[in-house]
Amino acid sequence: MAELDTSGGGKKGGGKVRSKKASTRVDLTAMVDLAFLLITFFILTTTLQKPKAMDLTMPDKDEKNDQLPVPASRTMTVLLGSKNKLEWYIGEPGKSAPTKESFGKDGIRKTLLEKGSEILAKSGKGMIVLIKPSDKSTYADMVTIMDELNIVNNQQRAIVQITPMEIELLKRDGIY
Amino acid sequence: MARVKVPRKSTAIDMTAMCDVAFLLLTFFILSAKPKTQDPVHADIPASTTIQALPESDFSSLLVAEGKVFFSVEGADVRLETLKGMADQYKIAFTPEELKAFTNLESVGVSITFLKAYLNMTPKERSSVAQPGVPVDTTENNELYWWVKNARKADKLVHNKELRIAIKGDSKEEYPTIEKIIKTLQKQKVNKFGLITSLRTVAK
Repeated sequence: MAELDTSGGGKKGGGKVRSKKASTRVDLTAMVDLAFLLITFFILTTTLQKPKAMDLTMPDKDEKNDQLPVPASRTMTVLLGSKNKLEWYIGEPGKSAPTKESFGKDGIRKTLLEKGSEILAKSGKGMIVLIKPSDKSTYADMVTIMDELNIVNNQQRAIVQITPMEIELLKRDGIY
Repeated sequence: MARVKVPRKSTAIDMTAMCDVAFLLLTFFILSAKPKTQDPVHADIPASTTIQALPESDFSSLLVAEGKVFFSVEGADVRLETLKGMADQYKIAFTPEELKAFTNLESVGVSITFLKAYLNMTPKERSSVAQPGVPVDTTENNELYWWVKNARKADKLVHNKELRIAIKGDSKEEYPTIEKIIKTLQKQKVNKFGLITSLRTVAK
């Protein structure tokens, strides 16, 4: 198969007929081919299926006594609505009108960066982000917003229960 | 003038060494590969930019999809202890065969009352049964709470390590289901857990 016949043909005529010695060599080409095919398969299947985990730390519920008061001026509240849309406002609910926004680098990430540096310049401390997922939001929305906060290097964030007043805000803007 | 004869060389290459190396590598990859576990329901996991890898042992995952929760924990020894804990909790006696069957079980997706019957089934029968998921609600004493609690106890007992818990949720899963699970975990003061995501690069 992978070997060429280089013996130069048999002798012409006469002489003793000798039985040819069979070679003990086995052709390994096909075997090596198969082995490398399987190696390729195993390499591709093992390394591509590694899931990653994002750490999520929730505030401790029990220790009510040592909770710090959160200054409203440094707080940004993000409300997660349906259809992958969200709303945000700074300060206390009801006092400032929420802005409707979408995910992505031109959406919430830009806002987070802008407002973060604004608040840092004004108060000298980082922005606190409260995430309030509504019942209509999906798990992917929550993961995406946490990821955006990781990207913009936000250190203080929490997932908080949404209030009925904030659901009203979402309803008004048609994303609930 | 005598003609110089160039001896013709054989074109065959000795493949023995190459074959050896190829099979050595093949053996290594087969042995190091973890068989991909078949999830009872398909979950399309969301993407994020985190690159933190999941641990191989001392790890429990909660698969959430279609409003159902499936509980699983790594390691046959931890699984065994977990079921023993659950047996004590719910006053159900499991036979050694059932305990053995449980150590091979990938994930729990049935209520504890049905688990005994489920363990006595053959693998083929099991695949035909629609698993309703581990019962979970907002009360103090739901089954998921005790599964997680017993798994944590079991891991502490067997490996003397803290069990890491991760949620593997479907992207389209509505938030209330996730909230129930987070609340269940928080009830036993598990305030830090992982969210399993696939890798995504940051769009600059």
